[in-house]
Amino acid sequence: MRARRILQISLWVAALVWLATFGVLQFGLLPKPQQSSPLAITTGMAQIGGPFRLESHKGEVVTDQTLKGRPSAVFFGFTHCPEVCPTTLFDLTGLLQELGPDADKITPVLITVDPERDTKSVLAEYMQSFDPRILALTGSPADVDAAAKAFKVFYRKVPADNGSYTMDHSAVIYLMDREGRFAGSLDKHEPKEAQLRKLKALIENSSPT
Amino acid sequence: MRILLTGSVVATCAFMLFTSGRTLAHDYKLGPLAINHPWSRATPGGSKTGSGYLRVANTGAEPDRLTGGSSPLAERITVHASSTDNEVARMRPVVGGLGLTPGQTVELKPGGAYHLMFEGLRAPLKANDKVPATLTFEKAGSVEVVFDVAAMGAGEGAAKHDGMAPGMHQNGPFQ
Ligand SMILES: [Cu+2]
Repeated sequence: MRARRILQISLWVAALVWLATFGVLQFGLLPKPQQSSPLAITTGMAQIGGPFRLESHKGEVVTDQTLKGRPSAVFFGFTHCPEVCPTTLFDLTGLLQELGPDADKITPVLITVDPERDTKSVLAEYMQSFDPRILALTGSPADVDAAAKAFKVFYRKVPADNGSYTMDHSAVIYLMDREGRFAGSLDKHEPKEAQLRKLKALIENSSPT
Repeated sequence: MRILLTGSVVATCAFMLFTSGRTLAHDYKLGPLAINHPWSRATPGGSKTGSGYLRVANTGAEPDRLTGGSSPLAERITVHASSTDNEVARMRPVVGGLGLTPGQTVELKPGGAYHLMFEGLRAPLKANDKVPATLTFEKAGSVEVVFDVAAMGAGEGAAKHDGMAPGMHQNGPFQ
C-alpha cells in the first residue's frame, strides 16, 4: 500500500518535471508562426542551436560554425523510421524543388538520433532517395547527443520485445538564420504554401546586406 | 495479316482484362472480416522498415483483433500505434492486436493512429511492387493478401485500382 503510494507520488513528480521541461520548451519555443518574418520571433527564446560537431553522409565535417553564413533547416530523425522521417524528407525535397535556385541558399540538415544504426554509409544510401542538397549527419552517440541538446531536441531509445528498438524523437524542422540563431520552425501540418513562405522569408532575411 | 491483327487485339484485351481483374480484386474476405486495399509506400534507399495500410470491416457480431502478419519480403509485420504529442513522434506495438469492433471499419492510413510495420525489409520497396503477405487475426485466422506499393510520400487513396499511382518514379525523385 505504502509502496504504491510512493510510486504514485513519484510518477506524478516525474510527470510534472517532464511537463515543466518539455512542455515549456515545446510550447514556449513554438509560438504561432508569424506571417511576415520568421526572424521576428528570435527574441526571448531559450537558445536553440549551439555547438555540435558531426559528419555528413558525404564525408564532410559539419558543425554549427560551418553552417553559419547561410540559413539552415535542421531536423532530427532516423532511417528505421517507417513513416514520419521519410515523409518529412519527401516533403522537404518537394519544397526545395519549388524554391528552385533559391534552395541553394539554404542548408537542409537531417541529424540522426540513431547513430548506432545510421552510419555514414547507411545514410548515404538512404539519402539517394531525396534532394541531394539535404545533408544527413551522424557521429558518435555522444556527438549526436550534444547536437540534440544544442537544439533542445528530445529523443529516446525504446526497446522492442525482439531485441530491436525504435526511437521517440522530436519531429520539428527548426529554421536557423545565417548566424545560427533560431528563426522559427516548419509545421508539417500547415499547408505547403505556408511552409514555402517561411523558407523564402528565411532566405530573404538571411541574405547579406 | 488480318488474323495476326485480330489475334493481337484479342490477346491485348485478354491481357488487360486479366490484369485489371487482378488489381480490381483487391479486397479480401476472411469470415466476417472484409479487408480492403492493402497498400504500402516506396521506401528510401537501404531502408529496413516500411509501413502498410488497409481497411478492415468487421461485419460479424463478434469482436476480433488484427494481431500482425508475415511476408517473405520482411522479417515480420507488426501492428503499431503512432502518435505525435508536443511534436515528439512515437511508435509502439499494439499489445494484443488492434481491436475490430463488430459493425465498424478500422482504417490504417498515413499519418493515422495505426499502421502495419514491415520490419527487417529484405530490400527497399519500390513503387508498383507487390508485397505478398499473410495477415493474422485473433479469431478469424489468417489470410493471404498483396500490398500494392505506391510512390514515396503517397497519401490516402494512393495506388488505387487504376494502377497509375501519382509519381511513378521509383524510390523518390533522385534515384
Ligand atoms: Cu511502426
